[in-house]
Amino acid sequence: MSTLRYIDAIRTALDIELRRDPSVVALGEDVTYGGPFGATKGLADTYGTRIKDTPISEATVMGLTVGAALSGLRPVMEVMYIDFITLAMDQLVNHGAKLRYMTDGLLQVPMVIRAQGGARGSMGAHHSQSLEAWFAHVPGLTVVAPSTPADAQGLLQSAIRSDDPVLYLEHRGLYWQKGEVPDGDDAALVPIGRAIVRRAGSDVTIASWSHMMGAALAAADQLAADGIEAEVIDLRSLLPLDLDALLGSVGRTGRLVIAHEAVTQGGLGAEIAAQVQERAWAELAAPIARVGAPFVPPPFAPELERAFVPDVDAIVAAARRVLDTPSRAARPSPQSVEA
Amino acid sequence: MLPDLPGEELVAQLRTMLRIRRFEEALIRLAADHDIGHFHVYVGQEATGVPALALLGDGDVAYTTHRNHGHLIARGVSPAGMVAEILGKATGINRGKGGTLHLASAAHGFPTTSSSVGGPLPIAVGSAFAFQELGLDRVSVALFGDGALEEGAWHESINIAAMRKAPIIFLCENNSLEALGQKANEYPSSTLAAVRLTDLVDPFGVPAVPIDGTDTRAVHEAMAEAVQRARTGGGPSFIEARTVRWPGNRPLWPQLLTGETDVTFAWDPSGIPAEHERWWSQQDGLLRFLRELLDAGHVTREQAIAIDTEARDEMAAAVTFALESPYPEAEEAFEHVFA
Amino acid sequence: MSSPETSAALGADPSDASDPSVMSDPPARAGWSRLSYAEGMALGLREALASDPTVRLMGQYFFGLTPWRRLTVDIRERFPDRVWDPPIAEIGYVGTGIGAAISGLRPIVDVATASFIFQPFSQVVNEAANIHYMTGGQTRVPMVIHVNHGIRGGGAAQHSHSPQAMLWNTPGIKIMTPSSARDVRGLLRTAVEDDNPVFWADHAKLFDYVDDVPDAEERIPFGVAEIKRAGTDVTIVGTSLMVRRALEAAEILAADGISAEVVDPRTLVPFDTETILESVGRTGRLVIVDECHQSCGVGAEIAARVAEHAFDALRAPIRRIATADVPIPFGRPMEELVEPSAAKVVTAVRSLLG
Repeated sequence: MSTLRYIDAIRTALDIELRRDPSVVALGEDVTYGGPFGATKGLADTYGTRIKDTPISEATVMGLTVGAALSGLRPVMEVMYIDFITLAMDQLVNHGAKLRYMTDGLLQVPMVIRAQGGARGSMGAHHSQSLEAWFAHVPGLTVVAPSTPADAQGLLQSAIRSDDPVLYLEHRGLYWQKGEVPDGDDAALVPIGRAIVRRAGSDVTIASWSHMMGAALAAADQLAADGIEAEVIDLRSLLPLDLDALLGSVGRTGRLVIAHEAVTQGGLGAEIAAQVQERAWAELAAPIARVGAPFVPPPFAPELERAFVPDVDAIVAAARRVLDTPSRAARPSPQSVEA
Repeated sequence: MLPDLPGEELVAQLRTMLRIRRFEEALIRLAADHDIGHFHVYVGQEATGVPALALLGDGDVAYTTHRNHGHLIARGVSPAGMVAEILGKATGINRGKGGTLHLASAAHGFPTTSSSVGGPLPIAVGSAFAFQELGLDRVSVALFGDGALEEGAWHESINIAAMRKAPIIFLCENNSLEALGQKANEYPSSTLAAVRLTDLVDPFGVPAVPIDGTDTRAVHEAMAEAVQRARTGGGPSFIEARTVRWPGNRPLWPQLLTGETDVTFAWDPSGIPAEHERWWSQQDGLLRFLRELLDAGHVTREQAIAIDTEARDEMAAAVTFALESPYPEAEEAFEHVFA
Repeated sequence: MSSPETSAALGADPSDASDPSVMSDPPARAGWSRLSYAEGMALGLREALASDPTVRLMGQYFFGLTPWRRLTVDIRERFPDRVWDPPIAEIGYVGTGIGAAISGLRPIVDVATASFIFQPFSQVVNEAANIHYMTGGQTRVPMVIHVNHGIRGGGAAQHSHSPQAMLWNTPGIKIMTPSSARDVRGLLRTAVEDDNPVFWADHAKLFDYVDDVPDAEERIPFGVAEIKRAGTDVTIVGTSLMVRRALEAAEILAADGISAEVVDPRTLVPFDTETILESVGRTGRLVIVDECHQSCGVGAEIAARVAEHAFDALRAPIRRIATADVPIPFGRPMEELVEPSAAKVVTAVRSLLG
């Protein structure tokens, strides 16, 4: 085990995969320099021209990444801020995500798009968004969002080894957090599509991912002080979702709170709630609560940014709300639900 | 060389340049004690923006970028309101919702400021389109750096502007001269295959001139010609104003590496620190302009010092105003999503 | 089909209609005309242009490549100086629309096939949607962005998108998804007069549907759902073309004695949750039919809201019928398999009623 910061774990994953596989390359704006936060710092010293700086041409660089992936490389592209991926949407959504399907499997697109985001440090409407729901809506993409250094390394390694396009979402509020990471080329690998229970509990399930996991665990601590045992699930993989893990937990607790930093309306929480209400119909004892950002762009001022980002209190309040719903007898179960 | 303008107008431009310089220096000092997020300063480009924007009239619009502070001051926006916005205060010109990246003042002809590189180019074309359609004798100016030419939006915008003969001026401030870029662990410079930026304009039949961005006469004449062309139906113009990158703009975060500006450097080189001798004696457009004004007898040393002192005092007061201003009510975060 | 006068006035040749059945529709009642959806669009565009000299059309593929595209000829002839044909430069001309809106025009920008919205996505979501907010309310962007969304038939993976769910997750842009000639015409008038960016999603498969449209001008407010068919046993919510699928399903169900209520929200932003909750309060069951991909689609948000706020009223889980989570295949049998249909809605409703 080594203790690494989240951002170092990202670099370690890149380092391991670059060393293991000569077809891996990393590219993006200023990546030889290390990028704005230093995630790729020093890699150019070791891997030379396999670390490539690009012009400020997001659309074309995304297309180039798709083309390189089609042609024998495993490119890892860095999008400096997730907000800038809007400039490259056509190449990602209409090309990268679809080429395997459109060619009936003739082509594969083993690429990783690293993008960091989240509202942290007053960066305003063009540098602060959480956009995972857009991409969880795009068939052909895989979307992961690690919350710990171990997952940051393990999921990035898995993403690079995947034969399909993976959107790897980093949160800059996590970059400096430390954690234990297993040593070795394969020890840290985390399978895509698998959630993890970060805290066991029996009264209510709290599902979250990325930076909001910290608030979810803090909320569980607060609830525990009142004798409420929350089970906290880190989804980690957003497309595909590990619904079985979630349904198993909700089967025990009967109550679910989904917490994410993205705007609630149309967010991934909606998809999770829609699936769980259907598949855990009989087990749900209370309405599913969603905690997310309001329907506004990320504001700049620190005070306003704090009002925008959901916090521990909001998760605690949502958990109490669903716990206050009186438990009731099993709901009527249509035959089809049993079928 | 000085523009062919009355002495008092030139002195007014000197005053504006010094106000910009002192604003940015005050901001860099402020950032040492206050987390204001990532920001960009206009030091070294004052001799471009001030004479260029002085040629615009009421109703003309300009779209600037993340490096916007100097442009706004040049057109009369209150520095106090700008610092307040940069600190995210309720008295900020965007009510705390924009911050340094999005400083805008519609009343001063800055309808909105985008921090997406290349993003404002087509929007600036759109304003020109509207002026044409509405029969208004107005000009739209796109202010951008050399990096924006790396974006596809550039190609689409110049094409539309040229086809429409739209009243727009593309004022490219190429501040990458002598920039060391990421290879020296410094802020990136442009990544363009084209050697001469004006070559990117020639196929569209749009007049394009490269000028020395510290030569106020060259700036004035190129801009005056472009404004005249726009107002008389002659269509778009492209100006590349070249400036040497201020050493303090080389690191990722602006620093007062050269020390603060000392107006006496204009007539007493003995005080200039050896390390930055070339910058202060040859490359800083502001000092060049001051030297030319002194030589021409438009201003005395004492007057220059007095103007500078006023500018320093004004910016000190602006900072105090901003620091003492209240933060917005958190509920402000929910205002202005829709008109 | 429309009255001969209206039809002639619109420059439409009835023989253009791809569905011959519309020819046999009964004449309209007094004060109303029978118009196809496409004619409703054209009427709305024409009225908007006539009522406000600052309205401009940017682009001209409002009717796609259907025979109805002939309607644009009429508009061009009536308003020769108000229609601009931009180059194939979605970033450039959507941005031009934004700047034009900032500086005094009210442009209606046609991005044509909705899949193309990903080219200017940053202009839509980062620029247009944010400008009023970022400037603290200083600047307004009164523009309409038009697309034809959905599975039009043979559009395959790059011409079949329904991007409205992604935009529903994007604060600052209003969204209208009309389903009838009357709604498209009335909502468009409201959209053009709105001071915010509005995303207008049409569907080429709606163009031939004929409905009564009042001869008098009409503005339909945003955020007001309409119950397109009243019922008591189950609520079916759909938008755009899916309202038609819901109505077809309701017809089939009625033959079995199942009374389905069909609710059309008409706009996604703002969204009328109350009418749906009120309906579900009566029926206790909800099926959502949505042409977006299911994962994070429009149906997900509606289901999550109703599941939370009508928890006690629901007598069965909410069912979603949406486009399968695969890129859209080209071949017709595959396309049929992945797209939502009336038959799938009927099956879902029956499953809920046991």
